[in-house]
Amino acid sequence: MIATLTLRERRIGLGLSVALAVLGLAMAAAARTGPMAVHGGMALILGLVLIFAIGGALYDHPEQGEDRLTRYYDAPTRFGIVMTLIWAVIGMGVGVWLAALMYWPEATPPWPATSFGRLRPVHTSGVIFGFGGNALIATSFWVLQRTSRARLADAVSPWVVLIGYNLFCLWAASGYLMGSTQSKEYAEPEWYADIWLTIVWVTYFVLYIRTLARRAEPHIYVANWYYMAFILVVALLHIVNNLALPVSWTGAESFPVWAGVQDAMIQWWYGHNAVAFFLTAGFLGMLYYFLPVRAQRPIWSYRLSILSFWGIVFFYMWAGSHHLHYTALPYWVQTLGMTFSVMLLVPSWASAGNAIATLNGAWHKVRDDATLRFMFVAAVFYGLSTFEGSFLAIRPVNSLSHYTDWTVGHVHSGTLGWVAMIVFGAIYTLVPRLSGRDTMAWPKAIEWHFWLAVAGTLVYVVALWNAGITQGLMWRAYDENGALSYSFIQSVEAMLPYYAARTLGGTLFLAGAVLCALNCRATMRTAGDRVDATDRPLAAQPAE
Amino acid sequence: MLKLHYNLEKISMGLVGAIIAVASVGGIVEIAPLFTIEQTVEIPDDLRPHTPLELAGREIYIREGCYACHSQMVRSLADEIDRYGPYSLAAESAWDRPMLWGSKRTGPDLARVGEKYSDAWHVAHLIDPRSVIPVSIMPAYPWLTRPLETDLIEGNLATLARLGVPYDETMVENALADARAQARPDSDGVDGLLERYGEDIAVRAFDGDPSSLTEMDALVAYLQSLGTLTDAPYEMLAEETR
Repeated sequence: MIATLTLRERRIGLGLSVALAVLGLAMAAAARTGPMAVHGGMALILGLVLIFAIGGALYDHPEQGEDRLTRYYDAPTRFGIVMTLIWAVIGMGVGVWLAALMYWPEATPPWPATSFGRLRPVHTSGVIFGFGGNALIATSFWVLQRTSRARLADAVSPWVVLIGYNLFCLWAASGYLMGSTQSKEYAEPEWYADIWLTIVWVTYFVLYIRTLARRAEPHIYVANWYYMAFILVVALLHIVNNLALPVSWTGAESFPVWAGVQDAMIQWWYGHNAVAFFLTAGFLGMLYYFLPVRAQRPIWSYRLSILSFWGIVFFYMWAGSHHLHYTALPYWVQTLGMTFSVMLLVPSWASAGNAIATLNGAWHKVRDDATLRFMFVAAVFYGLSTFEGSFLAIRPVNSLSHYTDWTVGHVHSGTLGWVAMIVFGAIYTLVPRLSGRDTMAWPKAIEWHFWLAVAGTLVYVVALWNAGITQGLMWRAYDENGALSYSFIQSVEAMLPYYAARTLGGTLFLAGAVLCALNCRATMRTAGDRVDATDRPLAAQPAE
Repeated sequence: MLKLHYNLEKISMGLVGAIIAVASVGGIVEIAPLFTIEQTVEIPDDLRPHTPLELAGREIYIREGCYACHSQMVRSLADEIDRYGPYSLAAESAWDRPMLWGSKRTGPDLARVGEKYSDAWHVAHLIDPRSVIPVSIMPAYPWLTRPLETDLIEGNLATLARLGVPYDETMVENALADARAQARPDSDGVDGLLERYGEDIAVRAFDGDPSSLTEMDALVAYLQSLGTLTDAPYEMLAEETR
């Protein structure tokens, strides 16, 4: 990492590391005890490690010459992929453990930090933000440079984004273990972590726009529209949903400025669009680049890309209220949410269809190449999950499915089947190239991973469909005397076989992810020296 | 249209502006009216805010992630009304920051759980759920018997007051004393507590031991308060079914 920086950039990096250490010290000193002090300590340690790493090597490496500007800057992408894989194993590992606890609750250790309620956000944040977020940032740097034919606008800010973002993820996960949470789903971290993420995110946006401004291609490629929508709208959602008043500036606790029904609506406007813009838009950006590249086929329809992009940006933002059917939210808002959720099927299937039609003429590659098959399956699951999503948003369907495991199954068909599959497809495309090789170190392990992932997803999703529908039907069943047929605990008991099956599904999926991490490690350790002469910026780089 | 887009694709800040504009519409239309229309801002006369002890319990409920498996929102469906009680009104959570409506029922809804079970049942259930419900899959929370940390109680009330929850100055000043008094029925502070929060609040040694103030006291006090802050949902349902 340090060798890729010029002396001036190393000095800037050193300055920023000192600033991080000072910030950490200030936080720890102000808070003295509690999660904020621990988090200050983490920032301090990270700052010190970076100071020693950069300061110690300040003059060790030969100065980077002007020729660096004739290459893309891929060191941050490589680091981002490594973090993606680390968070995948942590986040999915915790998920499998939690799944096991649901039919084996006695296994809960008797101390607070590891109880189900505290570990659950470690799983969700670990996979969404740790695994998904790092994959998005890492691939966005790669895609942005290739589709713009320009090198990243500078070499320091990508590291600020990635290291800052991972510090946020670490703060989030460790905060939950200490009981520090806002309780807003997928927005649990407290106010100072939210401010930190905002700073990181602005840096990310500025870097993106500056690099786009240098592009040698007149048109901005469709993948970048999606990455940009991801960056912009996530910022909007994050800021509005997390507005809070801290109890004191020296402690982690805070109260949201929103209350009651307004808070519920804003939370699910955030929550559903975290799905839309974090877990969909960014990954569609990934799909729109890696699928055509891997298949060596152009995107099937340009018009369909435009239609689906603006459809997704517009319709999704209305759909959040379908999380609140039959609640105290006004009826007309629920109806709007339902209507737009159904209409969302059009742009969603336009995207999925566009991706699948792109494979026309390359089906033999789908058959032979497990990496491309990951991307194909991702597109199929994207289509299936969005259909299921529109269906579940219909009010009477939702009356059965809501609060049950059907929702959890639906989410996992999207996250395992679509999000994780497209990430693995992108990783298996990127890692050999980042390592100067033609193939992964263990090509056959990709095939194993593919079938583990598909089997795991299917077992998981089918188990929770059954669980959710059973639950929903038991809750609303009446006997001939007009009394409820089942007590709540009977519906819990009925879930146990499904919970066991979902644990098995999750374990298979986790095994595949571990295999992927090991395969990437082996590939990165046996790097070759293959250089692709055409893979370089075209844009004239300003002299620095 | 296509030509327009063809040109838009060449201007990065044009795309940025268009994305923000297009994405903002839905939120504005659905959220802004919620701050003004009667259905979402009307407050029943008898609604009371949580007492300091209940509020401390609510913070424990949040800390332990109870909301991940328990909702607090009875939907307006016949089976939910039969199982849990009157459907939830917006007004009931008008002062809840954050709201805890939840999204999943691995365990049952808790919006109407207040005073349905005894304090002793809750204590036994939280320490070891399977001691009272043999097939329960709820995790055990044995550490809740530790003393309640009281440093933040006054600050919490003050912060909520600044955000508009009707805690007046004497409530904020007496927050700590009120928290202690609610779990100690024979203490001097009880009169002031009842004067500030109403005669209907539960004043009991929730964990069975009046000599110490524990996290269990706070959490059980909170659970016993759920659904009891106003009678409005019961009146509304009675009116509709008449």
